[in-house]
Amino acid sequence: METINNPEAKEYLRFSRLNRILHILMIVSFISLALTGMTLKFSYTGWAVLLSHLLGGFETAGNIHRAAAIIMFGVFFTHIYDLTRRKKREFGSWKKLLFGPDTMLFTKKDLRDFIGNLKWFLGIGPRPNYGRWTYWEKFDYFAVFWGVFVIGSTGLTLWFPEIFTLMFPGELINVATIIHSDEALLATGFIFTVHFFNTHLRPEKFPMDIVVFTGRMTLEEFKHDKPAEYEDLVKKGELDKFLVEPYPPIVLRTVRVFGWIALSLGFSITVWIIYAMIFAYR
Amino acid sequence: MTMRYYQPFHRWILFFALFAIAPSYRILAQENSDCLGCHNDRSLNGTKKGKTISVFVDEKRFGLSIHTSLTCVSCHSDLEGKELPHTEDLQPVNCGSCHSDEQSLHSKSLHGKAIARGDPLAPHCTDCHGTHDILSAKNINSPTSPLKIPFLCGKCHQEGAPVQKQRTIHQDHIIENYSESIHGQGLLKKGLIVAPNCASCHTAHSILPHTDATSSISRKNIASTCAKCHAEIEAVHRKVIKGELWEKQEHVLPACVDCHQPHKVRKLFYDQGMADKDCMRCHDKPEIKSSKDNRSLYVKYTDVKLSRHMNIACSQCHSEVNASHVRPCETIKKKIDCASCHAEVGTQYQKSMHGMLIAKNDPNAPNCKECHGTHAILGKSQPTSPTFALNVPVLCARCHREGKKAAVRYTGDQHEIIEHYAESIHGKGLMKSGLTVTAMCTNCHTAHSVMPHADSSSSINPKNIPATCGKCHHGIEDQFQQSIHAKLVGKTDKQLPVCNDCHSAHTIRRADEAGFKLDIMQKCGRCHEDIAKTYFDTYHGKVSQLGYTKTAKCYDCHGAHDILPISDPKSHLSRENVVKTCQNCHPGATRRFAGYLTHATHHDPKKYPFLFWTFWGMTTLLVGTFILGGIHTLLWLPRALKIRRELKALERSKQEQANREKENNGNDK
Repeated sequence: METINNPEAKEYLRFSRLNRILHILMIVSFISLALTGMTLKFSYTGWAVLLSHLLGGFETAGNIHRAAAIIMFGVFFTHIYDLTRRKKREFGSWKKLLFGPDTMLFTKKDLRDFIGNLKWFLGIGPRPNYGRWTYWEKFDYFAVFWGVFVIGSTGLTLWFPEIFTLMFPGELINVATIIHSDEALLATGFIFTVHFFNTHLRPEKFPMDIVVFTGRMTLEEFKHDKPAEYEDLVKKGELDKFLVEPYPPIVLRTVRVFGWIALSLGFSITVWIIYAMIFAYR
Repeated sequence: MTMRYYQPFHRWILFFALFAIAPSYRILAQENSDCLGCHNDRSLNGTKKGKTISVFVDEKRFGLSIHTSLTCVSCHSDLEGKELPHTEDLQPVNCGSCHSDEQSLHSKSLHGKAIARGDPLAPHCTDCHGTHDILSAKNINSPTSPLKIPFLCGKCHQEGAPVQKQRTIHQDHIIENYSESIHGQGLLKKGLIVAPNCASCHTAHSILPHTDATSSISRKNIASTCAKCHAEIEAVHRKVIKGELWEKQEHVLPACVDCHQPHKVRKLFYDQGMADKDCMRCHDKPEIKSSKDNRSLYVKYTDVKLSRHMNIACSQCHSEVNASHVRPCETIKKKIDCASCHAEVGTQYQKSMHGMLIAKNDPNAPNCKECHGTHAILGKSQPTSPTFALNVPVLCARCHREGKKAAVRYTGDQHEIIEHYAESIHGKGLMKSGLTVTAMCTNCHTAHSVMPHADSSSSINPKNIPATCGKCHHGIEDQFQQSIHAKLVGKTDKQLPVCNDCHSAHTIRRADEAGFKLDIMQKCGRCHEDIAKTYFDTYHGKVSQLGYTKTAKCYDCHGAHDILPISDPKSHLSRENVVKTCQNCHPGATRRFAGYLTHATHHDPKKYPFLFWTFWGMTTLLVGTFILGGIHTLLWLPRALKIRRELKALERSKQEQANREKENNGNDK
């Protein structure tokens, strides 16, 4: 009760500084890739031509696309590197990291939560006791792994076709094009609709959840969102370890502006995709 | 030159043979001495048609004549076998009994017909040749020798002679003019007996009016008559007239005499005839007007003298003038026919659209002067001429600019041609860069053979366009003629492209301009519809749709003008060449690289099964993910809204509580 009215109250730190930076870089690179890539995919629409010119012509758009791809690879590999570092420092072994209570891998609890969630949706059960990472958050996480692998590998093929065809027949470039393009469509479509809803547009978080930028959430929110984790920390008496000072309002405002930009771009791209797929499809 | 004043030699042989045999059969010998016994008396008179005439025969002169070896009765045959001396009048001598060819020609001639009519002025043989004193035409004393002929003919045809006065002779001052002409001067002053005399042109015995088709001076024959001496003259006149047409189209083309007046033949045209100054006497006055339509008839003579026609006399174009009239021009009935000199151009023009409209009396049709001007006419190489290259678009625009008289009646699909041309590469080259060699209207449409493109003889008929463009772009035409688009001509019903199908006509652009590069796919796609569509499904096509010009376009792979089917070894895409073609843009390209499908589509399961199944696999994944995600989200929505309501309610109650506490605190105070 006091935490809401008292701005001096401490907040729970959910994301490390590095993860926050990585997510921001991910947003920047992802939207850049989506924008520039879609101009090519939907080149038959007037919007694509306009956008391509706004981005400085196709050649520049292509360079932006490749630069963003490098950033995303950077994000991906930094995360992998961070995992190995944290394995050493915090967990000691891959086993502890991968099969500990805060694992990103799907567990039995996730299955229980999923079924429980469906029951709750249908009004035949209580709201499940979510832990640190919910199953839909894990799904998003692995979607990135899948996406980086599928889109990244085909993207490199298209980037360096001359090297690729030293080993593979040229027709595979056509195949790579389809996979790259359709998987990208899946990724953007999923992120800009399902992910956006699950994390930001959900009425209880509307219009956005800025925890991924600030890393901080109020205890109230924490208790409501991740009850299992909260209870676990309270039980262990470790909650104080994760309590930090909240950011001043200026930081929150900046973060919200950035969030608005990212959200609007994402929605615009979604609207454009729907338009291109339904009204201008060739 | 025809100079048949004496019989051919073999006739004389025959004659002498007969003559030698004849006396042996004669009972009564009639020697010349028998005749001359009486007739060498100077005072001997006889009668002819009731008139008393001298019948004296000069034996000495007869002895010098060409007939000296003949007997009198050979000619005066009506005395043959008669008792001498005779008392009756003799019949006129019939020269034709020996000179039958000459006689028959003469009978058909003007002179002969006049005799038949009984014209007292008509000349008989003796009027020209004499009687007993007939000399060979070779003899310079003969009246029929070349040097004497002008005088001989002049007896009747000189000014003031009865014939000239009383008979219809169209020419005047014949002898005077002749004597001043180059022919007359050659003969009479220089004594050149080869110089043409009257008979050279008119013949000796077959003199006919020029209206008679068989006459040596008819329009049809005059050229060959003049060419008897002026052989090869046609070569000299090639600039004026295509020589061979002289005889074929005598009504269209000028005959020698149209320019070189008969009897006045000089080196300079009309020098002695209608002088320009005669015309300028009236037409020099600025206020001179036509009595018919009040248009100004003023001629600025300096215009003519500075024009292309500076050496052409007024009357050469304004023909039909009659110098003997006070107003020589009043006899003019026809309009100027430029084709009388510019025959070839005239024929082209008549067949052209402009010419055909003129023939229909269309008021909009342009005639020669509409483009070339009148008296100030200039050659097309002179910058101030309206037909100078830089001025031609302006000239044609007078009628062909949108809204003008030619443009309003035009029903084709070319519009704003002048504006488009000005913006085209040709127009810029001509009008901005001032390159006179740049293509302008007449380079493609021709100047005088302008025809609609549908006409198969038109320079812009699809059949002829490669040659038309090839006049400048010869190298390209060579390539094009080797391409499939040219090779299939006549072998397919499909319409094959020629230059303008890709490059357009009036809006033609540089091929390295972005606009052209991006347009070309649509141009090829007009016929190659499916292949163009699949091109746009692949990387190159998509990129080019975004306005990127450096990517491979149709011609980058297939070639532009030298396009060939892939099966042709010379094709840019044949097995031998395809890798090299890819390497133009992708230096590291290998044969495997060339296996990339530049026209693939994922909509064709038969042709591209792996693309088809990849696409549908990916689509299934996509749709499946969205369905699952979507259902999850939608199911979540009502709960989430409920939570939101609860949170709001909670917030409100907290707010109320806080307010109450505040109030309580305030009340406490």
